Amino acid sequence: MIGTLVAILTALIVLVGAGFVLVAAIGINRLPDLYTRMHAASKAGTVGSGLMLLAVGLHAGDLATFARAIAGFFFFVLTAPVSAHLLAMAAHKVGYNLSELSVRDEMNEYRE
Amino acid sequence: MIIFILSLVLAIIWAAITGSATLHNLIFGFVLSTLSLWVVREQMSARGYWRRLGRILSLLLLFFKELALSAWKVAVLVVSPRMDLKPGIFAFPLTVDRDFEITLLANLITLTPGTLSVDVSEDRKILFVHAIDCSDTDATVRDIAGGFERKIMEAFR
Repeated sequence: MIGTLVAILTALIVLVGAGFVLVAAIGINRLPDLYTRMHAASKAGTVGSGLMLLAVGLHAGDLATFARAIAGFFFFVLTAPVSAHLLAMAAHKVGYNLSELSVRDEMNEYRE
Repeated sequence: MIIFILSLVLAIIWAAITGSATLHNLIFGFVLSTLSLWVVREQMSARGYWRRLGRILSLLLLFFKELALSAWKVAVLVVSPRMDLKPGIFAFPLTVDRDFEITLLANLITLTPGTLSVDVSEDRKILFVHAIDCSDTDATVRDIAGGFERKIMEAFR
């Protein structure tokens, strides 16, 4: 009984996680420039992978695997923003402009 | 005493992560964590430890709430047929001034709804943040200053 419940729960978590990763991929495809794309990749991607890691930990049902899955999630949370930030900063440094939808760029004003 | 408890906790985490809870491995983990705590002994101040721990936990809780919210917002935005975007980069005046506080704040900002930190000015007074909805930057600046920045100050000062 409990086994079935845990199985259904992990299946749900995996599905939701996969959904978020799919949304991140669609976002990277649809959004207009690198900066907005980084939003999709860093947020929806992190949550999606985090949920799937959590499901792996729950499914294994022993503390060691669970702890490692949680550790993996924490490393994801620590590293995903750094890479998004580095990509955005590098793009801005070499003069890759924001899409024409953008309403302001105070960083350009500061540089000048 | 705090240091001892901390290295014990780290030893248990070590045992969990390496996947074997034998006595040898626990002792090895304890030695390792004592060594690594010794390396950072200068940065460790045991004063006000438990009060601080509570505030760090509350910061963590706020962070997870914001992360879930932000992933949901991005998801809704991306699958809506007409994307309503007003992206832009705004300047956020920093109150925190230590390196790791700025790093932490920048990381937290990146994982919260609609904002992504891009760069820090050379004098470390301004953080440039890319927002997906830049129509009301004053409110966003107030939100960050009153939320994450205040909590970081409470937790680490």
